[in-house]
Amino acid sequence: MRGNTRHAGFATRAAQRGAAIDRIFHALGDPTRRAIVERLSERPLSVSQLALPLQMTLAAVVQHLEILERSGLVRTEKVGRVRTCRVESGGLSAAESWIRERRAMWERHFDRLGELLAEEEKGAKR
Amino acid sequence: MARTVSHGTFVIERTYPAAPERIFAAFSDATKKRKWFAGGDGPDTESHTLDFRVGGIERTVRRMGDGTPFPGAALINESVYQDIQPGKRIVFAYTMSLNEYRISASLATVELLAEGQGTKMVFTDQGAYFEGSDGVERREHGWKTILQSLDQELAA
Repeated sequence: MRGNTRHAGFATRAAQRGAAIDRIFHALGDPTRRAIVERLSERPLSVSQLALPLQMTLAAVVQHLEILERSGLVRTEKVGRVRTCRVESGGLSAAESWIRERRAMWERHFDRLGELLAEEEKGAKR
Repeated sequence: MARTVSHGTFVIERTYPAAPERIFAAFSDATKKRKWFAGGDGPDTESHTLDFRVGGIERTVRRMGDGTPFPGAALINESVYQDIQPGKRIVFAYTMSLNEYRISASLATVELLAEGQGTKMVFTDQGAYFEGSDGVERREHGWKTILQSLDQELAA
């Protein structure tokens, strides 16, 4: 059955998502890390730019960034001597995922259209 | 902030054991359309109006549930009918918006082809998505919402 396959896929995805969400909540359970994510959601910043308003050592900022990186929330990349930090899109924002979501939306609608047509058919025969 | 746009087309083919006229009616009749398109009278559909004629507008407002990235947000689908050939073809332009943020604008074509006792339906969606592969705006909006609700949760 198509519906069952879809549910099994959903359960697996939900479990994977659960583990990822635990890491995300741990990462965001700290006010400094929330402030880092909030600032990075506006634009990418270097580690020293991030540290500037935080009143803490670069080493402490790097530790927070490591936790955020492990949770998949933030990605850092070293170019030359500068480490740039940005929020990770998590695949959600890719254009392909928009189109996939949209197609899935219409597929669900057309499943229901099929069900409606079948109900009408039953009603007419009765 | 600079807005980026990306384009995508997809095609869905379905075969239904019903005559093209019956499938067309499921699109043109507001009661039927609401059943399969707007989720019946389910709690997540706030309103659905359909003016099925060329130039007519269809508007569907849904509320995003808990467990979605944007709980409580309004997902608005607005269609303007461009071409209607009874029993054969429906073309409409539609936009999707999340609250005041416009997500996409698409041209959708429904073709109904009689096949034996049934109908082959070909649905073609040509869309312009207002977030590039970078998706900065959506991401930013999403993060702000998540962080705000987390703040509220932690403050409670």
